[in-house]
Amino acid sequence: MNRTLLRSTLILGTAGLLAACGPQPAETPEGSTPPPPAGIDVTGAGASFVFPLISQWSNEYAQATGNRVNYQSIGSGGGIAQAKAGTIDFGSTDAPLTPDVLAEARLGQFPSVIGGVVPVVNIEGIEANQLRLTGPLLAEIYLGRITTWNDPAIVAINPGLALPETAIKVVYRSDGSGTTFNFVHYLGQVSPAWAETVGPAATSVRWPIGVGGRGNEGVAAYTQQLTGSIGYVELSYALQNDLTTVSLQNAAGYWVEPNIASFQAAAAGADWANAEDFNLLITNAPGAEAWPIAATNFILVSKEPNDPVKARAALDFFRWGYAYGDARAKELGYVPLPEDVVALVKAYWEANFTF
Amino acid sequence: MDAIASERLYRRRRLTNGLALVLSGVAAIVGLFFLGWILFTTLDRGIDGLSLAMFTEMTPPPGAPLGVGGLLNAIVGSIVMCTMAVLMAAPIGIAAGTYLAEYANYTKTGTVIRFVNDILLSAPSIVLGLFVFVVLIGMPRQIGNALQDTTAGQAGGWLEGMADWLIDISGFSGFAGAVALGFIVLPVVVRTTDEMLRLVPIQMREAALSLGVPQWKVISKVLYRAALSGILTGVMLGLARISGETAPLLFTAFNNSFWNVDLGAPMANLPVTIYQFAMSPFENWQLLAWAGAFLITCFVLLVSVLARFLLLRKKMNHD
Amino acid sequence: MAVPAEHLDRLARGDARADRLFRWSVAAAGFFVLIGLVGAAVTMAWGGREAFATFGFGFITSDHWDPGNLIFGGLAPIVGTLITAGIALLIAVPVSFGIAIFLTEVAPPWLRNPVGTAIELLAGIPSIIYGMWGLFVLVPFLAEHVYPTLSRTVSQWPIIGPWFDGPPIGIGMLTAGIVLSIMIIPFIASVMREVFLTVPSRLKESAYALGSTTFEVVWNIVLPYTRSAVIGGIFLGLGRALGETMAVTFVLGNANRLANLLEPSSSIAATIANEFGEAFADLHRSSLLALGFVLFMVTFVVLSIAKLMLMSLHRREGN
Repeated sequence: MNRTLLRSTLILGTAGLLAACGPQPAETPEGSTPPPPAGIDVTGAGASFVFPLISQWSNEYAQATGNRVNYQSIGSGGGIAQAKAGTIDFGSTDAPLTPDVLAEARLGQFPSVIGGVVPVVNIEGIEANQLRLTGPLLAEIYLGRITTWNDPAIVAINPGLALPETAIKVVYRSDGSGTTFNFVHYLGQVSPAWAETVGPAATSVRWPIGVGGRGNEGVAAYTQQLTGSIGYVELSYALQNDLTTVSLQNAAGYWVEPNIASFQAAAAGADWANAEDFNLLITNAPGAEAWPIAATNFILVSKEPNDPVKARAALDFFRWGYAYGDARAKELGYVPLPEDVVALVKAYWEANFTF
Repeated sequence: MDAIASERLYRRRRLTNGLALVLSGVAAIVGLFFLGWILFTTLDRGIDGLSLAMFTEMTPPPGAPLGVGGLLNAIVGSIVMCTMAVLMAAPIGIAAGTYLAEYANYTKTGTVIRFVNDILLSAPSIVLGLFVFVVLIGMPRQIGNALQDTTAGQAGGWLEGMADWLIDISGFSGFAGAVALGFIVLPVVVRTTDEMLRLVPIQMREAALSLGVPQWKVISKVLYRAALSGILTGVMLGLARISGETAPLLFTAFNNSFWNVDLGAPMANLPVTIYQFAMSPFENWQLLAWAGAFLITCFVLLVSVLARFLLLRKKMNHD
Repeated sequence: MAVPAEHLDRLARGDARADRLFRWSVAAAGFFVLIGLVGAAVTMAWGGREAFATFGFGFITSDHWDPGNLIFGGLAPIVGTLITAGIALLIAVPVSFGIAIFLTEVAPPWLRNPVGTAIELLAGIPSIIYGMWGLFVLVPFLAEHVYPTLSRTVSQWPIIGPWFDGPPIGIGMLTAGIVLSIMIIPFIASVMREVFLTVPSRLKESAYALGSTTFEVVWNIVLPYTRSAVIGGIFLGLGRALGETMAVTFVLGNANRLANLLEPSSSIAATIANEFGEAFADLHRSSLLALGFVLFMVTFVVLSIAKLMLMSLHRREGN
C-alpha cells in the first residue's frame, strides 16, 4: 500500500509540476495583432469598482469567442501590485499610475470605462437621493466631527427631512482601493481640514474612525447590515443592491443625483488627448450637471509580458468591450468611453504594445 | 463540632454543590445552544440555495437572478486540491509517523520531532499559506526576475531558460494551494500514525522478527496492516480539517470564476468562493455562500463521523 | 536440502540494504516535518528583516500603520489579536469547564456519549461558518439588543468603563471575542473531558466514601490531579484563537487602530489576509511577513507551554 501511494504521488507530483510549466507561447509575426485563437484563459485582477461590469462582459465574451477572462476583485491596490509583479495578464485600477511609475514597471495604462463613487446610507425612512450632503459635510462625517444624523449641519441643508438621532456609523475600504483614492482625492479638494488631517490621496489612508469593509462588496455589505451607516461605493453596487444613494452639491453649486447623465457631464471636457498614459482624474469636475465624484477605471498591461498570447487576448477582450459592451455598461450604471477616447486608446495600443 | 454548626456546614456544602452542578448544566446548555444556533442558521439559510444546479452549474456573475448558477467549479477545484494535498502529505506523514514510532520512539530526536509536529499541528494556517507563497511563488519569481535582468540582451543560454521557467511556474496555481493544504494535513497524519503504531502490541513485532523477517517488512507487512484503520482515520481527519480551510488558499490558489482543473493556474475552490460571496451585497451570491457553507459542514461532519466509526471498530477489535 | 551459504548471505545483505533504505526514507520524512516548521519560521523572519531593520522595536510598539506612506507600526493588530483571544478564553474556559463536568460527573450515562460526540464533531466545523454566522446573525442581534445598553450603562463604571465606551456598531473586538470563544469551546471542552476521565476512580470513590459532594470531588480531587493537562488544553485553545483568520475577519471591522471593546479593530491574521494581495512595495510585504513572524512566535510560545504542561501529566501517568 505504501509503495502504490508513493508511486501515485510521484506521478501526480510530476504531472503537477509539468502542468505548472504551462504551454509555450505561439510564434506570431512582429507588429501584427491577429485575433487570438479560441480557448485562451486570461487572468485579470484589481478594482472592485468595475467588477460587476467585467464579470458580465467576461460571461458574454466567453460565449462569443470562447476565451475565458477570469477577473478577481481584489481592489485597485492588489491590481497594481499583481500587475507590477507580472502574476496576472492585466490589472485594473481606479487610481491611475503616473508615467514614471509606469515606465519603471514597464506597464501600459489605458481607460476602460467611467463610473462614479456614490455615498450610500442606511437610515430608516430615507429613500434614494432624498438626503443631501455637501463635500465639506462628507469630510466632517468621515473625520468623526459630525456623529449623529440629526446634527444641525445636516438638518440645515435637508429641511423637511425627518432625520433620526442615530449615531453615524462610518464604513470605508479596508483594502487598497481606487474607489478610496478618488473619494479621498475629492474630499481633499473640497475640505482643507481633511487634507490637513488625513493627508494626500492614496489607495489606503489612515481613517480617523469607522469600520473597514473589503472591496466595494464589503462596504456595500456592511452598509446593508448596519443601520445608521454611511459608506461609499460605485453606483452599480448601489443600484444592484437597492442601497440608498445620496445627492451631492457639485463644484458649480447645484444639487446632483448619481446617474449616468451626471457622470457623463463630469467626464465631458476631460482632456484625454494631453494626458500622458491617460493619467487623469475627473473628480470635482466643473459643469452644472456634473457628479462631483466621477472616476475612470484604468487597465494595466505589461509592455513586455511573460505570455504575449494572453496579453493580446486581454487587449482583444477590451476591444470587444468597447465595441459591444456599451449597452451592458449603461445598464449597470457605468458610462462607456466616448468614441474619440476609444480611438486614442487604440492608437496608444499601436504605439506601446508591440508584442 | 456541635450539631447545629455541622448542620449549617452540611447545608452550605449541599448548596455549593447544587449551585455548581446547576451552573455546569447551564454551561453545557449555553455551549450547545450556540453551537446548535450556528448549525441551524447554516441549515436554514443554506437549504434555500441547495439545488441540483449547485452541483451542475458554474459560479455566476454577481447580481444574476436567484437560482442561476451553482458552485461546480469551486467544488471540483476543492476536490482536486484536497485530494492532491492528501496524496502528497499522507505518504510523508505515514513515513514520519513510522520513524517516530519504530525508530525514534524513546530518543531525544523523537521527542523533538513530536514537539515540532504538535506545534505545526496548531500553527496558524495563514502563516503556512504565507510560507508556501514565499517558497513557491515569491522567491522563484524574484530569482527569475533577477536572472532575467542579468541575462538581458544575451539571447539563449540555459540561464535565460531557467529564468523563464522560474517566472512561468511562479504564479497563483492550484498546485501551490495543494501544497499549502498538504502542510496542514501532514502533522495530523504524523501524529495519528505515530500513536496508532505505538498501540500495536510489541508481541507482534517480536513474533515477526523472531521468524527472521527484516524490519522493513515487519513494518510494512505486519504493523501497517494492524494499524491500518487507525492510520486511515488520521488521513480522514486531515481531510476533514482542510476541507474548510480558507486562509492558506488566499495567496496560493487565488480563485477562478471559471472551470479549471489545470493545477498550474488559479483554481476555484469552495472556501475562498464562499468568503468572496458571503462578504458581498449580492443576494444570489449570499445564497450560494450559505449553501456552500452547508455543504462543507455536512462533508466535514460526515468524514469525522466515518473516521471515528473506523476508530471505534478498531478499538473494539483489539480489546 | 540445505540452502547454500552464499545465497543466504546475499539475501541477508539485500535485506540489510532494504532495511537501511527504509530507515533512511522514514527518517527523511521525519526530518521533513522539522524542516517544515523551521522553514516557516525562517521564511517569516527572513521576509520580515527589512521591516524589523527599518522600524526596529517601534514595529511592535507603534500603532501608526500607513501603507500609503510606507510607515508600519504593528501595535494595533498585535493588541487586537491578543485582546480578542483573551476575551475568547475568558468566556470559553468557564463554559468548557462546565461542559466537561457535566459530561463526566453530572449527566446520566445514556446522555454522555451522544453529547460528548456532538461536542467533538462541532470542533470540526470550518471557521468561515462561524464568521458568517457572526456577521449575519450575531452582529445585528448584539447591535440592537445588547450593545446600546452596554454602551450606556457599563461605560459609566469606574475602571472598566472606558473599555465599553463606544458606538454600538455591533462589529468590534467584543463580538469577535465572543465568536472566537464559541469556536474554541469544543476544543477545550473535549480536552478537559478526556483528561477528567483519566482520573483513577479509586481517588474519586475514596472522596465520595468520605462524604464529599460531587462538586467537592471535582474541585479538590479531579482538578488538582489534571491541573497541568487542563492548563495545557486551555493553552491549545488559546493557540487556536490567536491564529484564527476567517472567524475574525468578518466581525472585527478591519480598522487598523487601537480601540476599545465595542469599536472595530484589527488582528494580525486579518491584516495579512486583507493586505497581502496588494502589498507590492518591499517594505509593505516585509512588514506583513514580520507580523506573520510575530504571530508565529507568540503561537509558538503558547503552544510550547501547553506541550510542556501536557507532557508533565503524561509523565505522571507513566506514559
